[in-house]
Amino acid sequence: MNRAAIDLWVGLFVALGLAALLFLALKVGNLSSTDVGETYAVQANFDNIGGLKVRGAVKSAGVVVGRVGEIRFDRENYVAQVSMNIDKRYQFPRDTIATINTSGLLGEQYVGFEVGGDPEMFKPGDVLKKTQSAMVLEKLISQFMFSKAAEDEGKK
Amino acid sequence: MSADPLVKIRDLNFAYDSRAVLSGINMTIPRGKVVAIMGLSGCGKTTTLRLIGGQLRPTSGEVCVAGKAVHELDDEGLYLMRRRMGMLFQFGALFTDMSVYDNVAFQMREHTDLPDELIHDLVLMKLHAVGLRGARSLMPSELSGGMARRVALARAIALDPMLIMYDEPFAGLDPISLSIVGELIRELNDALGISSIVVTHDVQESLKIVDYIYFMAAGKVVAEGTAEDIRQSTEPFVHQFVWGEPDGPLNFHYPARDYAQEMREQPARPKGWWS
Amino acid sequence: MVVVMPANFLRQLGHWTTDRLWRLGFASRFLLMTLLYSGTALRRFNLTMREIYFTGVLSLIIILVSGLFVGMVLGLQGYDTLQRYGSSEALGVLVALSLVRELGPVVAALLFASRAGSAITAEIGLMKATEQLSAMEMMAVNPIARVVAPRFWAGVISMPLLAALFSAMGVLGGYLVGVQLIGVDEGSFWSQMQSAVDFRQDVMNGVIKSFVFGALVSWIAVFEGYDAEPTAEGVSGATTRTVVTSSLAILAADFVLTAFMFRGV
Repeated sequence: MNRAAIDLWVGLFVALGLAALLFLALKVGNLSSTDVGETYAVQANFDNIGGLKVRGAVKSAGVVVGRVGEIRFDRENYVAQVSMNIDKRYQFPRDTIATINTSGLLGEQYVGFEVGGDPEMFKPGDVLKKTQSAMVLEKLISQFMFSKAAEDEGKK
Repeated sequence: MSADPLVKIRDLNFAYDSRAVLSGINMTIPRGKVVAIMGLSGCGKTTTLRLIGGQLRPTSGEVCVAGKAVHELDDEGLYLMRRRMGMLFQFGALFTDMSVYDNVAFQMREHTDLPDELIHDLVLMKLHAVGLRGARSLMPSELSGGMARRVALARAIALDPMLIMYDEPFAGLDPISLSIVGELIRELNDALGISSIVVTHDVQESLKIVDYIYFMAAGKVVAEGTAEDIRQSTEPFVHQFVWGEPDGPLNFHYPARDYAQEMREQPARPKGWWS
Repeated sequence: MVVVMPANFLRQLGHWTTDRLWRLGFASRFLLMTLLYSGTALRRFNLTMREIYFTGVLSLIIILVSGLFVGMVLGLQGYDTLQRYGSSEALGVLVALSLVRELGPVVAALLFASRAGSAITAEIGLMKATEQLSAMEMMAVNPIARVVAPRFWAGVISMPLLAALFSAMGVLGGYLVGVQLIGVDEGSFWSQMQSAVDFRQDVMNGVIKSFVFGALVSWIAVFEGYDAEPTAEGVSGATTRTVVTSSLAILAADFVLTAFMFRGV
């Protein structure tokens, strides 16, 4: 095996390997669909974010428009501060409501934007005023039970 | 040529862990001579070579090569020293993944910045010296034992060393290859003006070519002298060795207890669980 | 007898433990030396190139074929399970995630250990047994720099590429069985896969894993070869130890890495 043949084979091997990696990144993974293009940050405070995670999706009308960038706990107001990176191509009115939704019954949680009617658009660094927290299943169930119990009390 | 010897060994002791291998060795290898170290297998000949090459460090005593104490050199000094030594291993120890040409060129490529054309000429010269210029593109697996030994010799002289050490250069060779290698050792020594140490137990072949002989047994030097001295020696051990007699001071039997008594005893149970 | 037995057992346990610890320390020092003397392997890259050929290129066939088959089996089994819950479109997700996160790096590393690791050990062990390493030392060439380091780096470089190829072939195998053979919808196969597989979380972590496995296997292989008893029996024993030790090391390291990487970030 001479030097040139080895170089050729190794070159082929490395090229194949990198192609496989590229395939995994673009075709299998989501490198092509997100994180490209520039983003701007907006913030929102939630009473309860449930199971929302960093890099979770931000969707409007079901389309992914950004990603959750950072989640902090506000020590003064005892709320969760969520900063989101929104794709520069998308602009939202200032009175947009951010809600925390669940995809499917038990799926991942994401931030949903319900678009308002304000003619003025968000500027980078703005804080969303209106938010709606995540629904916590246990709370729902206990609310349901209590109201049922109260109904039963009333009937007697 | 200076008068001081190339290799000087004084009161050398060496032990693996606590098992003494060499005790109180004194040797002198003068410049330009071929010196043989003879003895039975396992008497410490190869260990002596490794001590000279700095692969082992003596327990006590000193080994000086060209005026420098080998065991006191740091790694860098030792490597510089080894560039001026060649060593021929028992079965050649050619690099099996390289051709004959690359084997001989190995040290030139590793240690020098010589251009390829010059290396080409040098390699062919070295191979020509051992008569194997035509075999340069063969792989070591395609060589006979004698040819492999000669290629290893060409590789050992690649950087024109001042000292070549041969570890059993005659082992396992047919009579013709054997005398070729013997002749080569002598010729190269005289032509290149170097010194040689030959570790061997092939008495007849080495007596023909060497200038001086050290006889070792059980880690000690038991006799020394020129070839004629050794042939005429009346020392019982040397006499037995040189003339290949089955009986003498060296016994056929490994040390054991009394034969008759041992036959009467119950055999000891073997230790392993599988029996 | 009752008293002697536990003492004996404890002594053996102690001996075994100190023996292992000593060997681990020795192996770590050896790794340090290898890294220290890596200059030659990187400066004269054609030395490493040669070893990439022997470890990487020659492992290609086994990696590609195994990857394809593992992917095809995943496709069959995954479909069988998923269609019970009426979510066979998630087949792509299942195949891709299991390959990229776990099976790609781990199985490729196991194959690499038995294909290339054992060959490295045997080669270095035989070079030692035939005194080639000693000869090199006597020619003032450091065998760790000239023989060990290029093989080590070749393993470290080849492993992630092989793992990526394994995963890619696996996804392809899953696609062939799931979409072409069984008839899962092609669009949802790919789109669900893409929305579920995250580049940094999944693909990059897989690559990091295979880097670690490559270093582990190469380290064990060169060490066992260098440390082998210079006899036929010694070399064969060392080769076996390479495969056994590196397989265990891969699986143990996989657990530790997985625990660190996917600890519910």
